[in-house]
Amino acid sequence: MAAKGWKEIPIGGTITEAGNAKEVKTGSWRVMRPIHDKNKCTSCMLCWLYCPDQAILQTQGHMDGINYDYCKGCGLCSSVCPAKAIEMKAETEFLE
Amino acid sequence: MVTVAEKMRAKQALTGAEAVAHAMRQIEPHVVAAYPITPQTPIVEYFAQFVADGLVKTEMIPVESEHSAMSAVVGAAASGARAMTATSANGLALMHEVVYITASMRLPVVMPVVNRALSGPINIHCDHSDSMAERDSGWIQLYAENNQEAYELTILAVRLAESEEVRLPVMVCLDGFILSHGVEPLEIYPDDQVKNFVGEVKPYYPLLDTSHPVTYGPIDLYDYYFEHKRQQIEGMKGAKRLFPAIAQEFEKAFGKRYDFVERYRTDDADCVIVALGSTNSTIKYAVDWMREEGQKVGLLKLWTFRPFPKEEIRKALDGKKAVVVLDRAASFGAEAPLYEAVKSSLYNAAHRPAMGSYIYGLGGRDIRPEDIRKAADDALKGELNADEQMYLGLRE
Repeated sequence: MAAKGWKEIPIGGTITEAGNAKEVKTGSWRVMRPIHDKNKCTSCMLCWLYCPDQAILQTQGHMDGINYDYCKGCGLCSSVCPAKAIEMKAETEFLE
Repeated sequence: MVTVAEKMRAKQALTGAEAVAHAMRQIEPHVVAAYPITPQTPIVEYFAQFVADGLVKTEMIPVESEHSAMSAVVGAAASGARAMTATSANGLALMHEVVYITASMRLPVVMPVVNRALSGPINIHCDHSDSMAERDSGWIQLYAENNQEAYELTILAVRLAESEEVRLPVMVCLDGFILSHGVEPLEIYPDDQVKNFVGEVKPYYPLLDTSHPVTYGPIDLYDYYFEHKRQQIEGMKGAKRLFPAIAQEFEKAFGKRYDFVERYRTDDADCVIVALGSTNSTIKYAVDWMREEGQKVGLLKLWTFRPFPKEEIRKALDGKKAVVVLDRAASFGAEAPLYEAVKSSLYNAAHRPAMGSYIYGLGGRDIRPEDIRKAADDALKGELNADEQMYLGLRE
């Protein structure tokens, strides 16, 4: 989103649209990246339950991977995974 | 046509606290959250009685501290309610954090502040150190000379705060004990006239409008905080722009003329005294006394301290021989707050007057006409030093 001038925004810092957090990608903070292994995953959904950023993608109870737009790399999913299907890797490994 | 007899009937002998409580009764805010502190206590006491007697439908919240009082008022105002509180000195200091938040969230809260010295050493009597500590909080500040003004400014403040171009909270400052506990005859206007004047609150993004959910007070970092502060500055400019129109409407409704400043015998004055609050009555007395002796002295009283009426002050003081500013607060290590601001207003004056800064009345120290004469005499004798801090009523 392009930054707006003071005449273009609601006064008082009020957010006037509900649910607009979606427009702000917060995953850039991440230092460690969770890597999901489809072959080991049993879709038990513990990761989905624990993720504080709702960054686990799922369809009808099936684990589809991780939403890197919002994942901040806390590693909770990796530590609760009973199948050891999520491995944390340094973001530096993915630098282009 | 209102007859003199009718006017006399309308006059009541009231303390400033009771007068302000009557203004609140007539405004009838949806919510009042308050915590008692001397000398503000009787305002809340009288108002609580009005609630208990069923004279108002206000939701009265007796909270556990001033921090909570202001927080509850912020919540109520954000929900779309007209909300008020009142405080003094250390109570205002305890609110401090939320005082800034109220202004930055652009909530049009009106708060009578009964001026009292801020501790320590602990003192319950009048000076302006409490409201001066909040001068940069983003609140509009009005100062009353007497109980009639405290009553009227409370009513006027509602319109000023809630105006679309302003959306800022207002402190209506009245001197502790001198006004809050001093009885004066004053006129309470008919309830319906006051209700007509203040009208209904027009909420801006009310939280209770559940079909349009909004978020108040989110984190606002280096990317937008600065822009929101710029908007607040614009709101204060709006207050400056709009005040004359609201004052004019007030005059039409109630017959009393307000302005940024009141000029008392300044036209041909060589020396003009500038002050805030109840001391202006004493200064008027001293001015009349000196005038009887042929000395050309006048008074420039400020009704608004924030926004600061720079242009009006320059217009009134440019070309005068001398200006004496009386401050009921000190700024340690710098010039007294009113003096500093008046002096700065005269930077671009064509003919800058000689200036003198006098601190008086700290902790409720009495200010007598003789003290004011002393300052005016210094000015007329050409003995002012713009860089030296002087004091009135202080023992050396």
